[in-house]
Amino acid sequence: MSEHIVKSYEQELTGLDDKISQMGGLAEQLVGEAFDSLASHNPARARATVASDATIDLLHRELEEQVILMIARRQPLANDLRQVISVLKVAGELERVGDLAKNVAKRAQAISGETHPKGLLTGLQHMTDLASRQLKDVLDAYVARNPERAMQVWRQDENLDAVYNSVFRELLTYMMEDPRNIGLCTHLLFVAKNLERIGDHTTNIAETVTYMTRGSLPEGERPKGDLTSSTLMSVPHR
Amino acid sequence: MDMRPDPLVMMTTQAPTHATLSAPTKVAAKNVNVFYGAKQALTNVSVEIPEKSVTAFIGPSGCGKSTFLRCINRMNDTVDSCRVEGLIQIDGKDIYDPALDPVQLRARVGMVFQKPNPFPKSVYDNVAYGPRIHGLSRSKAELDQIVEQSLRKASLWEEVKDRLSDSGTGLSGGQQQRLCIARTIAINPEIILMDEPCSALDPIATARIEELMEELRKNFTMIIVTHSMQQAARVSQRTAFFHLGILVETGSTSDIFTNPVDKRTQDYITGRFG
Repeated sequence: MSEHIVKSYEQELTGLDDKISQMGGLAEQLVGEAFDSLASHNPARARATVASDATIDLLHRELEEQVILMIARRQPLANDLRQVISVLKVAGELERVGDLAKNVAKRAQAISGETHPKGLLTGLQHMTDLASRQLKDVLDAYVARNPERAMQVWRQDENLDAVYNSVFRELLTYMMEDPRNIGLCTHLLFVAKNLERIGDHTTNIAETVTYMTRGSLPEGERPKGDLTSSTLMSVPHR
Repeated sequence: MDMRPDPLVMMTTQAPTHATLSAPTKVAAKNVNVFYGAKQALTNVSVEIPEKSVTAFIGPSGCGKSTFLRCINRMNDTVDSCRVEGLIQIDGKDIYDPALDPVQLRARVGMVFQKPNPFPKSVYDNVAYGPRIHGLSRSKAELDQIVEQSLRKASLWEEVKDRLSDSGTGLSGGQQQRLCIARTIAINPEIILMDEPCSALDPIATARIEELMEELRKNFTMIIVTHSMQQAARVSQRTAFFHLGILVETGSTSDIFTNPVDKRTQDYITGRFG
């Protein structure tokens, strides 16, 4: 891409991408730390994670202001227009990812005193790994302006949905086995839901990358695998 | 798991063409080449311009957009060294047909220029001039009516109705330009060509002209040459981008300004041209 005749415009556009990378890096970090604080029963770490979400919110606000100002001052067109609109959208998605990670950390605080049955966190660990990988890949696709890579993320969210389904059933089973697990497992269910939602946000970013690079959104339905809203496990009659 | 079609594959199978024309074609150009002496100003320009809409020609200075505009009413005939090859049709009829009278053609294809150029006559006479020489009115009352209607259509009537006998050159720049538009539409043309009609006007006067264009396109086919990308984006339904005498890309204005096909178009409209 050749450079703008107006250098300060070029710098502003580059500045937007830098800030998205910064936000994305923080969001990735937050997702990892939120789960670690849960797994390690470490409320102090969980508190720190909750606190660092404020930085993402701040970056989001700054980006919004910058984009509004650029639209007013530069009237961007064509690929520039698509970039500034995409920045606005991606920043919104990353802000939500930050919120969801923060919520995981809050729940980590709430259940830090509980002992987890062995192996209960394996599924959640797997979900965290998948969600983090999806987030990293989609941000790489954004920076590299690579729609193929973004679409790969878009399609792969199904894997995260599949693990979510099994975690959902697993947690229900624990609750049925022993009602004393209900408090803990309800929190963990929300943690799982949050991680699943983070995956959805990565697919939204993937769609935006496609729009930014190609000028059109992906066609067709995204493959979805979250079946939990239609799942019911009844307690067997005794 | 159901295998859905790969969206990327689906997208690449679409041809990268812009939305098709919905209105019938008013002006059609086929392989138009224009020379000024030995220098070629336009090369193989082919384009279709739909009726009753605004088409914008954009491109850097010297790209040939004004040259092409002036081919449509044969204004280039007045330049001795200018030679036009190829076919330009209005309603399917060749306008370079030797049997066709260019004066009659220019009555059908009006033109508004960059700098407002009212005649040094009264406001009334400026508008009445065309209808008089073309014999469009049989009585003074009829002429009065044409003048009023034209001034109304040009959104100028309310501002000048009490000073119709004042000189046209005494009006403000924006009013003068609207007077020129009134003068153009007084002879009821089918096509109005505008060559940078707002470049000498302030933003308010520009907005008035743009509002007027929006109104006029209900009845006229309009073609505007503009250096303002925002103006092209605001007023036109279709946009054509010229560069170095070549028509690089034509498409719906919304496509051209959000997702142009050609890299040269993108570089130009985003301000990246070297």
